[in-house]
Amino acid sequence: MKLSPDEKLDIREVLKDLEHYRPKRKGWTWRVKLEDQKVGPFVLKDTSETLKNSIPLPSAHNFGDIDPQCDFVITTEIASGRFEDDLRRMRMAAWHGCDHIMVIRTTGQSHIDGLIEGTPEGIGGVPITRKQIRASRKTLDAIEEEVGRPINYHSYVSGLAGPEIAVLFAEEGVNGAHQDPQYNLLYRDINMHRSFVDAAEAKKVMADAGILQLDGAHNANATAKDAWKVTPELFVQHAVNTAYSRATGMPAEQIALSTVPPTAPPAPKLRLDIPYAVALRELFAGYKFRAQQNTRYMEADTMEATITHVFDTLISRLTSADVQSTITPDEGRNIPWHYNNVAGVNTARQTLMSADGLGNLLEIRKDKPFRRQVRELKQRAVLFLEEILENGGYYAAVAAGQFVDAGYYPERKGDGIARDAQGGDGAGSVIRREADYGAPVCSHFGDNVYAEASGKPCDAYGGCTLCDASKIQYIDELDPEDSVEKRLKQPLAEREAGLLRPEVEKHGDGVVCVTVFVPHEQRVAEAAALEMAKHMGLKEPAIISRRLMHPAEGSVFEIRGVLDMAIRLEELPVEPRKEPLADSEIESWVRPRDIHVVAATVGEDEHSVGLREILDIKHGGIEKYGFHCHYLGTSVPLERVLEAAEATGTRAVLISTIVTHAGVHTQNMTRLHELAAERGLRDRLILIVGGTQVTDEMARECGLDAGFGRGTTGRDVASFLVERMRAGERAGSD
Amino acid sequence: MRCTERPGDFERRRRQLEAMSDEELHAHFWNLAEKIVEPLIEEARTHTTPSIERSVLLRMGFSSIEAAGLVAQLGERQLLARGAGRLVLELAKAKGVTIREAGCGLLDGRYWEDLEA
Repeated sequence: MKLSPDEKLDIREVLKDLEHYRPKRKGWTWRVKLEDQKVGPFVLKDTSETLKNSIPLPSAHNFGDIDPQCDFVITTEIASGRFEDDLRRMRMAAWHGCDHIMVIRTTGQSHIDGLIEGTPEGIGGVPITRKQIRASRKTLDAIEEEVGRPINYHSYVSGLAGPEIAVLFAEEGVNGAHQDPQYNLLYRDINMHRSFVDAAEAKKVMADAGILQLDGAHNANATAKDAWKVTPELFVQHAVNTAYSRATGMPAEQIALSTVPPTAPPAPKLRLDIPYAVALRELFAGYKFRAQQNTRYMEADTMEATITHVFDTLISRLTSADVQSTITPDEGRNIPWHYNNVAGVNTARQTLMSADGLGNLLEIRKDKPFRRQVRELKQRAVLFLEEILENGGYYAAVAAGQFVDAGYYPERKGDGIARDAQGGDGAGSVIRREADYGAPVCSHFGDNVYAEASGKPCDAYGGCTLCDASKIQYIDELDPEDSVEKRLKQPLAEREAGLLRPEVEKHGDGVVCVTVFVPHEQRVAEAAALEMAKHMGLKEPAIISRRLMHPAEGSVFEIRGVLDMAIRLEELPVEPRKEPLADSEIESWVRPRDIHVVAATVGEDEHSVGLREILDIKHGGIEKYGFHCHYLGTSVPLERVLEAAEATGTRAVLISTIVTHAGVHTQNMTRLHELAAERGLRDRLILIVGGTQVTDEMARECGLDAGFGRGTTGRDVASFLVERMRAGERAGSD
Repeated sequence: MRCTERPGDFERRRRQLEAMSDEELHAHFWNLAEKIVEPLIEEARTHTTPSIERSVLLRMGFSSIEAAGLVAQLGERQLLARGAGRLVLELAKAKGVTIREAGCGLLDGRYWEDLEA
């Protein structure tokens, strides 16, 4: 399957022949750091190879459209319930610099004792199945060709079916996975013996398949009452999973600690979070760090979330990270919308490019008070570990409620999560292996009669699926009524019919978001805002963010609603986009002709930047083609503009009008046309207007020759001038 | 014994750790962690679960549905302690059939008397 940047992903093509699809590669891929890489006008310190296709940060056009890529892997977490819609989201995220796609599982998959097959719809995530993984991996294999960088695919090896899911992931080329038995028992109440026995097998399979393992400690942070007080325990949770993983044979470079700066402003974030980050990196030197962004204190305000996430990412750069995970700015208010995955990725890459080479400028102080803080955290963690042993070991400590207590250890509130060692989901399912126990397969952990033989344990029957993928049994669908085929009927029919609907999550969901400020006391303002949304035609309007501006003066609301209508593509008036002339063609026409133009910002208007960019040679303006520009400045009366035009024998006049108050911009346009006509200059002069609120249509209605709005370049204006003058010359010579 | 409320007595408890250098503290940290996981990993080495057994059968070329059926039936007969994969492999050898023929035969209700012998 090959993707083309100007074509949508063809889901039919994705689903075709999945039975025989094999992943391009297996195992995790890191970015390779390039020291002192020259990218555009800059020499960068902390970057990796740039992409073949990508969408740069918005400001990049000022720097030659460069899109440098940092040296950390960047993650986005995806969860819509329908994998077929997530595929498009993955492609958008990859184009913005994401190379680690983490797919959240559907609610309740942890408690399913076995694998799910087919493509049922999920809630808050996707049911992870062989078909779903294959379709996703196939798409990612094509997306990585399109962007020019390997993309790591990731999900969860937890719950009751950990070993089976690990085998499935190894077979299908999944590159990263969460695996932490502590998560199972603390947050899913799965029996602790079952969780740890399963985990050893799962870890062995992951280790051999090169799958990067993330642990689950960040969950303690996300659920704690005071997140910074749980830090001693976080070290303990990391240590238990890490030591256990090492004991199953997993190498250090495949073990990533999932860590998150615990606090958010107005807490003194850096002062609390940096000692913790430093202590963690010292205690766990040699392991990988997956730096997560804060979720614990994120609320409905996406701007607030973004700012906290910038500081989280800055901490990664100040300390270290291997994977920078991102959280969508809207996670505090809804299941993430796809364009917010892109927003989250951009927060990380914008921050990391801002902080490029920061290590050459700053280092964290090593003086006594700071070191004391770092050491204190480590000591608290050591005391926690000692108490586990004093309590009779890990299971007894969990049963006693030593974990996820709200106290700042060794202080205790007595509210920890306590689990019965003989209880929970899957209790009683652990079986002692008999002396002749055997498992004739690769990547098996523990006592096994086949492990002692020379050669592979699976040699007796010609190899297991990890050695011979042709033995994998592929199941397509179990329930045709709850399948991707069924769900695709409507979207594909709509696409065929050329219908377009807005969406944020699933195909054609119709969801839009509007921002409304209402100048009244908040409760009344909110009711009014909802009414306004209804008048806009939005169905099921709901406030997703409210922010008080002043108790009496008003509040601003973001409202989600459904715009239940479709646009027919064939009925859409789309003007064909006109390509400007080539630079060389413009210059070779202009230079020999000695063409003068007069330019000014007119009226009572002090804006000069936009017009200077159109004119100045250093901004790529029209001077570079050989136009002689007479720039008169700002707040210039129209009469003076025309006087100057007359005096210099100008062929064209460029006015800029940014201020639009009371329609002053259109008045300026009309007046320029009228004045030029009164002076008998109108036929000789090409009159052009530019400004952020100007459109070509508006300019022509006012009697001018052309109008240029936001995003215009000098080349656009020069191209228009040449074409118009060239046509004039031709007409004159006829 | 339930962990009950207790005031922060860190200053008292930390005293025993003050003499350690950072390196010694790190070594002590890892030493404790390894001690904690030792009995857990020992349990894993000597025990199995239905999920592990299903994962073995998957690797031997059975579908998830076949593996679930086989492990459920082997479990009912208290046979999992010998390993589902071993039982199927040895059955295939004894009967001169392929692994899949042995496993699918069991699902069809055949060969059980050979297994339980």
